Amino acid sequence: MTATAPAPTTDEAVLVRGITKRFPGVIANQDVNITIRSGTVHALIGENGAGKSTLMKILYGVQKPDEGTLTVNGKQVSFSSPMDAIAAGIGMVFQHFMLADNLTVLENVVLGAEKLHGIGDAARKEIQTISEAYGFELDPDELVEDLGVGERQRVEILKVLYRGAKIIILDEPTAVLVPQEVEALFGNLRELKRSGHTILFISHKLDEVLDIADDITVMRRGRTVGEARPEGTTKHQLAEMMVGTELPSPQTEESTVTEQVLLEVRGLSLVNERGRALLSDIDLRIHRGEVLGIAGVEGNGQAELVETIIGMRRATSGTIELDGSEISAWDTRRRREAGVGYIPEDRHRHGLLLDAPLWENRMLGHQTLEPSVKGMWINKSGAHQDTERIVQEYDVRTPGVDTFARALSGGNQQKFIVGREMSSAPLLLIASHPTRGVDVGAQAAIWEHIKDARRKGLAVLLISADLDELIGLSDRIEVILRGRLVAEFDPQRVTPQDLGTAMTGGGKEEAS
Amino acid sequence: MSIVSRVFAALLAPLVAVVAALVITSLVVMLVGGSPVEFWGIIFSRPADRVFVNIVNQSSMIFLSALAAAIGFRMNLFNIGVEGQYTVASYAAAVFAGAALLPGKLNILVSLLIAMAVGALWAGIAGVLKVTRGVSEVISTIMLNAIGTTLAGYLLLNYGQQYGSGRRTTPLERSSEFTGWFPFTNADGAVWTLVILAVLAGVGFNVLLNRTRFGFDLRATGMSETAAVASGVDVKKMVVIAMMLSGAVAGLIWMPALFNGAHYYGPTFQAGLGFTGIAVALLGRNRPLGIMFGALLFAFLNEQSNRLTLETDISPNVVQITQGVIVLAVVIAYEVVRRWRATAEQKAVTRKLEEARPTGGEAVSA
Amino acid sequence: MSTVQMQREGTQAGRVGPSYTWVWLTLGVLLAISTVRTLTGAHEIDSSGSLQAAIIATCPILMAAIGGLWSERSGVVNIGLEGQMILGTWGAGYFTYYYGPWQGILGAALLGAVGGLIHAIATVTFGVDHIVSGVAINIIGLGAAKFLAEAYFADLSSDRGTGGVKQLVGLERPPSFTVPGVSEWTTDIASRHWFVVSDLAAVVAALTTRMSWVTLLVFALVALTAWLLWRTSFGLRLRSCGENPQAAESLGVNVYRYKYIAVLVSGAFAGIGGGYLALVASSGFVTGQTNGRGFIGLAAMIFGNWRPGGILAGASMFGYTDSLPLRSTATIHALLLVIAIGLFAFAVFKLLRGDRGTAVVVAVFGGLFLLWFLVTKEVPRDFTSMTPYIATLLVLAFASQRLRMPAADGQIYRKGSAG
Repeated sequence: MTATAPAPTTDEAVLVRGITKRFPGVIANQDVNITIRSGTVHALIGENGAGKSTLMKILYGVQKPDEGTLTVNGKQVSFSSPMDAIAAGIGMVFQHFMLADNLTVLENVVLGAEKLHGIGDAARKEIQTISEAYGFELDPDELVEDLGVGERQRVEILKVLYRGAKIIILDEPTAVLVPQEVEALFGNLRELKRSGHTILFISHKLDEVLDIADDITVMRRGRTVGEARPEGTTKHQLAEMMVGTELPSPQTEESTVTEQVLLEVRGLSLVNERGRALLSDIDLRIHRGEVLGIAGVEGNGQAELVETIIGMRRATSGTIELDGSEISAWDTRRRREAGVGYIPEDRHRHGLLLDAPLWENRMLGHQTLEPSVKGMWINKSGAHQDTERIVQEYDVRTPGVDTFARALSGGNQQKFIVGREMSSAPLLLIASHPTRGVDVGAQAAIWEHIKDARRKGLAVLLISADLDELIGLSDRIEVILRGRLVAEFDPQRVTPQDLGTAMTGGGKEEAS
Repeated sequence: MSIVSRVFAALLAPLVAVVAALVITSLVVMLVGGSPVEFWGIIFSRPADRVFVNIVNQSSMIFLSALAAAIGFRMNLFNIGVEGQYTVASYAAAVFAGAALLPGKLNILVSLLIAMAVGALWAGIAGVLKVTRGVSEVISTIMLNAIGTTLAGYLLLNYGQQYGSGRRTTPLERSSEFTGWFPFTNADGAVWTLVILAVLAGVGFNVLLNRTRFGFDLRATGMSETAAVASGVDVKKMVVIAMMLSGAVAGLIWMPALFNGAHYYGPTFQAGLGFTGIAVALLGRNRPLGIMFGALLFAFLNEQSNRLTLETDISPNVVQITQGVIVLAVVIAYEVVRRWRATAEQKAVTRKLEEARPTGGEAVSA
Repeated sequence: MSTVQMQREGTQAGRVGPSYTWVWLTLGVLLAISTVRTLTGAHEIDSSGSLQAAIIATCPILMAAIGGLWSERSGVVNIGLEGQMILGTWGAGYFTYYYGPWQGILGAALLGAVGGLIHAIATVTFGVDHIVSGVAINIIGLGAAKFLAEAYFADLSSDRGTGGVKQLVGLERPPSFTVPGVSEWTTDIASRHWFVVSDLAAVVAALTTRMSWVTLLVFALVALTAWLLWRTSFGLRLRSCGENPQAAESLGVNVYRYKYIAVLVSGAFAGIGGGYLALVASSGFVTGQTNGRGFIGLAAMIFGNWRPGGILAGASMFGYTDSLPLRSTATIHALLLVIAIGLFAFAVFKLLRGDRGTAVVVAVFGGLFLLWFLVTKEVPRDFTSMTPYIATLLVLAFASQRLRMPAADGQIYRKGSAG
């Protein structure tokens, strides 16, 4: 694109050697070694919390390593800010887009790189050139807020190319994309590779990694634990490397499904202010002792479905019946009182008061229920005792119940939430990505608790992006696509491939 | 964290702030050629009995004002409009009380209720605008302050009785006045009877916020609105209620003065308490006990500074700078201490867990 | 691509400079005012004297509002404008007395910038809540101005000015100019009360007669702000800090530095507003001179939707109402008719756009104002001083969906939170 980018002089674009990074109480990266060949797509895979993000921030100069060296194009480098990384020809596409909605594509792209082509027509022309070269189809003068997710991602890539980056880091770029967009992105990436760019692709979606990568590096618990080539490597092998030898996988037990319907949703639709349908005509029923899994690519209406059932959003039409009572006119509190437990997707935003002690968090969502309250009064000792119970029964590792929720690790926060939501003898438990971002130990425990809930006769609505989790825990799986339930599977017989096909709207003909 | 370090952490910020204020004020005094030693000697001398009475009276009003602001702050609602709320409420209550429609003390009681109702309604406008139209309460209450003070001024000018060069509302009848309590000689003045309002409001605030479900909902909304919504709090309703509660307390601010010293709304009306209250609420960390100390400190500085006029060349206005610096320094200090504490607590948890389970800790979520 | 681009460029221009909408709007207002003036005989409504008073009242508000724009575009809410403005009034007094009027304006900017610096340290470096810091600065500004006045002005008395505990008056004023010929000619035409022609002449007369150079400076600073913030890479970087500081930092923008610059400029501009108040709008420093104009400036900024053009319109409107108490009550009364006509026009506009609900509501309000005009003889002066505040509340209440404040405005940003 620009003449300023240095031509690769060696075969290795990036060499990471012995990188270690410590945070208070945590070792995020320990002796990390990666070799990235020039002109390849290199995938970095690992579970949440494996240290991928920290490593990327180090590569991009956001954070400094405590130990170890970085070598870019044969030269050892030390970045103290992203500017240094950019100058060395490294560009980064963040998972959470770094775009200002209220600025135009042009403004977003030239920001920080005004010296290259100014902020006027020369810049506009350059953007159009790049956009056409890679088929991005972006209008420089459109406001970013009017763009879709896929377009925004292309703006991010454009930003990087505009600066003449030859090495591009993409942080979980497919997490927010629908399948068509993933295909388009991969097309763009292959195009970039052909024009000599090196791509570091971070992901935990193994299918995608095998599809696009030339080399694969696996990280676990802050270390690089293995390398692989996609040829001759199976998903299972990669998965084992990612989680270690333990590889827990949930196993369904004997069915506890009864005839009694606890949750019945009929014709549920949700239209947002702009008139877009987020949910269309959803019908589902969950019986006592049944786990209903919802599979789907993220952003296809799962969050909206949960929030409509819990009452945080009001359905545009349709009915929701809980144990025979029509609840769609009720507010969230009344639904909770009636026996709806809720394990939210984003526990920091929706599940906890981070700066309040655990015993007060025990009350959250149960403000009107014993033992935390008596009438209109808070029952402090009751809440204290019951929090102690949860800490014991659910193995929440905490110094005490007066500790602030913020101080706990993700897994312990989540175990606490599960314990809390199981406390008030609920009829229905909504578990939204219950094991996201928790360690393997907590994951196994949470799976156990969900099975336990099922045994106790709860109806469980399980939303997860982890197909193994869905298959292992559910009695039935519905697939959601663009706000509609499009297929139903029996987890005893379904394969992840079948689910994947249905999730992406593909027909049954796809070869596995 | 141990009890000692907790107490230390809680007191550290205000201490740092007071020290900073002392230093900066001393510098300002020196800047104009005054002697800091003499200055602080006067400020920190034992108050005269008369001044002591004034401090108690003044701090009761500042306390109520700060409490009103604190109700909103605890919910992340910035009610900047206490000033306007108590102006409008004071005028309304004074008009009602002066009309003497009811006999004696009953008149006082109903007047207090009217003050609370008017304050609540004036604040409620901002609350309703916020939940129905998404208008930031910061801006709307600033606007309502100006509208409120102008409105009260207009009404007084057109419907008040002539009094000297200005106007006032009809004075109270004798039966609707309090005599107060004389701790010293009669010449030293009385501690106003309705100072008790401050005590009651403080206790009520504490009970409401820390002991009731409603208080929990309010605090939860302040800490995380999203979590509160998910837990079933009707945040819109809470915004309006909290705003109105705040306004109701604001309505009471000037009532101790009205029924003891002032007897009518007019030139003697004490404006500006609303902004002082905001400062004191921040200083006191929105907790009644902290606010009490803050109110006493501010009233103390105000009253003691009056002596400066007589005894030095230093303008008493310097204590306004002191007060402003205290507020700014205290919020900065709290922020610094908060960051330090968050890190310390996270480390403590990690350490404790590692002791319990020596086989390596797990990642602490960001 | 080219057609798309052409459309875009149209909207681009509309976002910054004047466009046809503004031209039509100005013409409409002119027609309405001229009609009302002719009908009611309230010629003072836009006499050159009235307009001059309005311009003088507008400038302090405008400076505060533009100051607010700088700060908020970088993501820092500045409700300390009032305090910074107060500091400016004192600075103007002090520096004019000792050094002269232009140094006085500089001194006002300097003192205002000190207020801005405190705000920047608290909000940017220490991450204190912006509102809290702003409240504290208002307290400090008020106290400091009173204190400093008593300390430095009380004993001053010479031909350069007369001091007091609460004032410093009789100061030398910044120079002003009259365009010879044009001024007399247009003043003459304006006094003939011709339909539309006299109104236009009054505008020209107001701008060419005894016009202070500081007024020109103020408008120049507004233009400079618009150009800097929207046409230069400096402005792009500054605005990006207010829209998405994480993104800005990830691209190598030093967010703290830009926020500091913006808040300092913000304070300096508010200070100049205070200086204008002391030196141009009156003859010296008096405590309590700002009388809430910093807050009106804040209101004008919101009213103007965080855009220079809108702010100019808002500040002019608020400045005009601010100058009204000097006019006869008949003039203020005639304005009711202007407002009624304006509301009816807006209702028709809404109706044409297909928004019948709003059209009806607006028309009802228009009817009420018409009724008010018809059944009363005068408007209490107090009501005019409420106008800016009520107008802002109404705009916020009924057009808040159209308002677009910087996305990260008021959010506390900490370095290193990118990624």
